[in-house]
Amino acid sequence: MTEETLDTRRSSLDALHHRHLLGLTGYSTGEIRLILRTAREFREVLDRPIKRVPSLRGVTVVNLFFEPSTRTRLSFELAEKRLSADVVNFSSAGSSVSKGETLKDTARNIEAMKIDMVVIRHKSPGAAHFLTRCIDSVVLNAGDGAHEHPTQALLDLLTLSDLALPRFPADQLQQGDLGGLRVSILGDITHSRVARSNIHGLRALGAEVMLCGPRTMLPREVEQMGVCTTDRLDEALDGCDVAMALRIQLERQSAGLFPSLREYHERFGIKAEHLARYPDLYVMHPGPVNRGVELASEVVDSERSVILNQVTNGVAVRMACLYLLSGGIG
Amino acid sequence: MLLSPDDTVKAQLMDGADLDRTLNRLARQIVEHLDDDAEPADRLALVGMQTRGVHLARRLRDKIAAVEGLDLPFGILDATMYRDDFRKRLRQPVVHPTDIPFDVDERRLVLVDDVVYTGRTTRAALDALMDLGRPASVRLLALVDRGLRELPVRPDFVGRTVPTTPGEEVRVRLAEADAADGVWLVERATNTE
Repeated sequence: MTEETLDTRRSSLDALHHRHLLGLTGYSTGEIRLILRTAREFREVLDRPIKRVPSLRGVTVVNLFFEPSTRTRLSFELAEKRLSADVVNFSSAGSSVSKGETLKDTARNIEAMKIDMVVIRHKSPGAAHFLTRCIDSVVLNAGDGAHEHPTQALLDLLTLSDLALPRFPADQLQQGDLGGLRVSILGDITHSRVARSNIHGLRALGAEVMLCGPRTMLPREVEQMGVCTTDRLDEALDGCDVAMALRIQLERQSAGLFPSLREYHERFGIKAEHLARYPDLYVMHPGPVNRGVELASEVVDSERSVILNQVTNGVAVRMACLYLLSGGIG
Repeated sequence: MLLSPDDTVKAQLMDGADLDRTLNRLARQIVEHLDDDAEPADRLALVGMQTRGVHLARRLRDKIAAVEGLDLPFGILDATMYRDDFRKRLRQPVVHPTDIPFDVDERRLVLVDDVVYTGRTTRAALDALMDLGRPASVRLLALVDRGLRELPVRPDFVGRTVPTTPGEEVRVRLAEADAADGVWLVERATNTE
C-alpha cells in the first residue's frame, strides 16, 4: 500500500452512503456487497493468534439493550472489543428506564457522557430511527420489534455466500451474486424482523425467496416484495438450496396462531427425512433453536446445518459494520 | 488509465525498463542478504503490502527463483485495519485480503512496499505482522523512498530515493493492476481525503 493515502478507490456503486445501519431496506446491492467483502477480511482476523486490531481505538460504543438478548449482544460486544473500541453495556433491567425514563432521555444522557456509536435493541419498531433524531452518534440497529435486524440478515448473507454449492460457478456466491440461489424462509414471517431484513438482502443480491409457514403467520400482500409464499413445507423445500428456519416464539401458541408445538413441528419442522430427501439442502437458523420445533435435534447437529458458521460470521459482519460506519467519526 | 487526467506530471521517474532493472538489482540485494550467515535462506520470506507491494513482491520472488532456484515463501499483508488516521482523514478505506500462508514465527521477513513516505504505513504493517506472530527480523524494501518521514522508519532496500515536497505524489503503476509499468512524480491533483 502506498503511503500517500489510504486506499479508498472503489466504484461509486460499492461505497457505504449511510451514516447509520437502521435496516437493510434502503441499502443498495453495492453497499451490502461492500459489507460482506469487508466482513470476510475481518473473519480472517478472528483466525489470528491475536484476534484484535486497533481500528476503533479511541471510539466509545454503547450497547443499549432494552430487550433480552444473548448472542446478538455478545456478538456486538466481541466485535467492538476485537476492534479495540471502548465498550459500555446498558440493559433496561435495573436501570432508570424501570423508573420511567424515556428512551430519548436515556439516550441523550448517555450521549452526554461523550460516546461515538450506539447499538440499540428495542421491542418497538422504529426505535433505532427515533434515536437518530435524538442524538448525534452513529446508530446501529440490533433489532427493533418486528421491523428489522440488519446485522442478522448480513451474517446470513455472508454464510450463504460461502456455501459450496456445486451448481454455481466458483466464486459467484462469494462475489455477492446470489442470482439463481433459492432460499426458503420458514416460520413466523409476520412477526420476524430477521425475515424482513433477509427478504430485502436476499432480493438485493438476486436470490429467489419463498416464504413458508402457517397462513396465520404469513403477512398479507408480502408477494409485493418479490417473494412466493406457501403453507406446504415440501413445496418450500423442493428445489431449494437453503432453508432458513425462524425461531417460533412460544407465546404465539397462546395467541392462537398455531394449534400446538407438536403440530407445528409435524407440518413445518425440518426433520432428518428432509435432509435425506433433499441431499443438497443446507439449513440455517438465527438461534436460539427450539429443538424439536423448528428443527429436529439431529438436523441441528447435522453437517448440513450451518448455524455455528452463522454465529462466527456474526462477529465478522458486526466488525465490518462498526468499522465502515466509524469512518465518519472524528 | 495510468494517471488521472487531473494529475500534473512533473517527471517520469522510471519507465518499464528502468523498473525492471531496479527490481533485478533489488532481487540481487535480497540474495546477497541471504548469503549472510545470520540470515539463513530457509527461513526467509517475502511479504507484499497491499496493493502494489504484492505485485512487486511476486516479481521479486520470481526473479530470485530464476536466478537462485530458491522458492521463497510469499505472503500478502493489508495494514488498513492498523492505520491510525483513517477516521481523521478518510472515510471507509477499502480493506484488502491478508494471506500469509506460512508461520511468521522465527521467519526473516522482507516487507515489500511501493513507496515509503511518512512511515505510518510501515508502522501499521509492523503492528499487523507482530499480531500474526514473532518474526526473527523484518527488513523493509521500497521501490521509491520519497522522504518526508514522520516516524523513525528507514528502508533496508531502496529502488530509488526521490526527494519530494508534501504537495507532490509518487504514482507507481504496474502492469498487473494498471495498463503498464512506470513511476511518475505528479503534483497532487485533488484532495484525496
